[in-house]
Amino acid sequence: MAIRRGRGVAAINYPTGMNLGGDPTQALVHSTPTGNFMVTLSSVDLGQGMKQIMAQICAETIGVPTDRVVIDTADTDTGPHCMGTFASRGTHRAGNAVIQAAKEARQVMLEVAAEELEVNASDLETDGQGNILVKGAPQRSISIFDVALSAHFKRGRSISGRGMFLIPRSYPEKETGAMKPSTCYAHACTVAEVEVDDETGEVTVLNVKNVFEIGRALNPKMVEQQLVGGSWMGISHALYETTEPYYPNRDHGGTDFNQYLMPGPGDLAETEIIVLERPSADGPFGAKGPGEMCANPQIPAVANAVFDAVGVRIDTLPITPERILRALKAQAAG
Amino acid sequence: MELRKDYFADVRKDGLNEIGQPRPRLDSPGHVTGKTAYFADRNFPGMLHLKMVRSPHHHARIRSIDTSEAEKHPGVVRVLTARDVPHNVYTILILIQIGPEDETVLADGKVRWKGEAVVAVLAETERAALEAAAKVRVDYEVLPAVFDMEEALKPGAPVVNEYHGQNYYLYDSGECRKVRFGDVEAGFAQADHILEQTYQSSPIEHAPTETTGCVVAPEGNDRFTCYTNTQAMFFTLDNASIILQMPGSKLHFVGGTVGGGFGGKVDVIVEPIAILAAKLTGRPVSFIYSREEEMQISSPRAAEKVVIKDGVMKDGRIVARKVIGYTDAGAYSRHSPYGAQKGAAHYPGPYTIPNVWIDTYCVYTNRTPSSAMRGFGVTIGDFALEVQMDKLARLIGMDPFEFRFINAYRDGDMKAHRQPTEGAALIECMQETSRAANWPVAEKYMAMSSYRKGA
Repeated sequence: MAIRRGRGVAAINYPTGMNLGGDPTQALVHSTPTGNFMVTLSSVDLGQGMKQIMAQICAETIGVPTDRVVIDTADTDTGPHCMGTFASRGTHRAGNAVIQAAKEARQVMLEVAAEELEVNASDLETDGQGNILVKGAPQRSISIFDVALSAHFKRGRSISGRGMFLIPRSYPEKETGAMKPSTCYAHACTVAEVEVDDETGEVTVLNVKNVFEIGRALNPKMVEQQLVGGSWMGISHALYETTEPYYPNRDHGGTDFNQYLMPGPGDLAETEIIVLERPSADGPFGAKGPGEMCANPQIPAVANAVFDAVGVRIDTLPITPERILRALKAQAAG
Repeated sequence: MELRKDYFADVRKDGLNEIGQPRPRLDSPGHVTGKTAYFADRNFPGMLHLKMVRSPHHHARIRSIDTSEAEKHPGVVRVLTARDVPHNVYTILILIQIGPEDETVLADGKVRWKGEAVVAVLAETERAALEAAAKVRVDYEVLPAVFDMEEALKPGAPVVNEYHGQNYYLYDSGECRKVRFGDVEAGFAQADHILEQTYQSSPIEHAPTETTGCVVAPEGNDRFTCYTNTQAMFFTLDNASIILQMPGSKLHFVGGTVGGGFGGKVDVIVEPIAILAAKLTGRPVSFIYSREEEMQISSPRAAEKVVIKDGVMKDGRIVARKVIGYTDAGAYSRHSPYGAQKGAAHYPGPYTIPNVWIDTYCVYTNRTPSSAMRGFGVTIGDFALEVQMDKLARLIGMDPFEFRFINAYRDGDMKAHRQPTEGAALIECMQETSRAANWPVAEKYMAMSSYRKGA
């Protein structure tokens, strides 16, 4: 009886957004009289940080710091339509809608600034700090604060924009299944190293090396938060979780966190995250959706590592000590 | 986390002001200090609490329901049954023309899974609602149930859901969603080895910190505000409008900050019945799942069974792949027909295979209806595909990493669902993982690129 070590690899891709329902998202952007920008959405922040990402997308597009943007989301009386937050579509779909709306608002802002500075709007640029400058003559400038005041109180303009992301719904072809279910793919590869106790069947994930390709990391800290959490979830799926441990038998199943098993802090694997960025053609600043795919490659990587360690295949999830011991017993008998 | 900027630097514009900056989340101070308001933080004077009477049986006919003792229980204000729901039989995806309507808001004549909602009790306190719910008497005639997908698909199996008529979802392509690419039998005929394996998963819970729920308040002008943690505001509003036969203009949904969803909050379960309760009582109503309900009543990730048959050459090329996927929808569709269909487009994996044959089935059984979850239609498929890849590599005596390089898709490759590959990056992910994990592969694989073949 011994502790045996093994490692396994898995590689995956993941579709960003889904297009089998023609899922659209809209956004509205407007400025307040003092030049702050409101983004109105009906998309939902699930805790993944959607509001922050939308604020950065709007800020970059208009040319202001992120803290000048406020996100008003998920009120059906004020927000335009969004199909919802799912299918890795939040950043991609809502982000595109925010860019479109912010571009329209920026154009109005530049037109007002052009009138104040008596130049053409096309000769203006933003400095990202809250000012609008004449290209090549940065001493001629106006603050966005003053532009908004002018628009609201002097020139009767609404600095606002409308955005929409909609691609035509894909209907699968009946006989061949030809379809365009999503617009871009994220990618990942994981190597997991495990120890398996061949006496108890217990698996310890020692470390995971995750490489994710996500188009663009719009906010690297938040990407890290999602990718580390997702990696943990993948390991949890592989080794612990189910509401029906003896599926399809329905008799057992957890009803609280004492009975529904998930790894605790002491079970966390050493996690290394590396991110590559190949911008997608239709993503906001090239971003794809990292939210779902980051929990997938760890599951087969752990399964393959268990085989590498003890030479048995567990093809049924989750890979519990009981299943490993039964397989080891069958292997010894065979 | 390490950002490896050397990959794809030629196709990327860096140096933006806000994008790419690790700005602190604007809502994190509220989250970590406990000041962020969630829907359940709303408390209205006179608010009622809704608790469900749920089926103790997996499959049963309802002979009668007696709510008289529950109605007399102190604190009880109203008891709702199927009769009170204007459009009681619904299905969520009817909004995108995926039917038939197959699920009841409150059970009518039958229950099809253990835990199905039968009667809703409204009381002044949670405790009174729970006590009264225990006094509802339902007379059931227990029916044979089916839990195993293979059993469910056999002729003569108990029919789980009469609205479908058979225990699978009927696509326009027939009993399954099909993908056909190349000639799979010709591929198997030329293969040096053939490996067929079966993979299985069981249901998984989303386990969000915040359980599913909503609080509904009458606005006093025939409008109702529903504070909810749905992941899809208008999806829920539009479905509630159908179920309640109320114009959407009478409905106002407020959400915005949710304590975890992972796909578990895209079903439309709590809002319509809570709005109906508020309408019929004229009072605010709170309907919040207990942790037990969250784990056993709310939709789990579907159990899936995946059968993969591959034909592979000694040199590592996969020349044929046949996949049959089964998704256990439980008793009702919810989003499962969509997930099974999503799986059909995904199953070849990120590999270029000239001959592919895929069937995905959405199967009905007498268990908790499954629905969307992070990686919907894909996660279990990835498990099956990537364990299969490991077995294939070992079968032909090849390093599992190198085997994947040989088959990895690259720009321009045609995928089985007939979309050319664009923006591929699998090769580069594997190259970087090979380095990070100190698992070396042959130099020719480290010289490959996703941009085009041979590059």
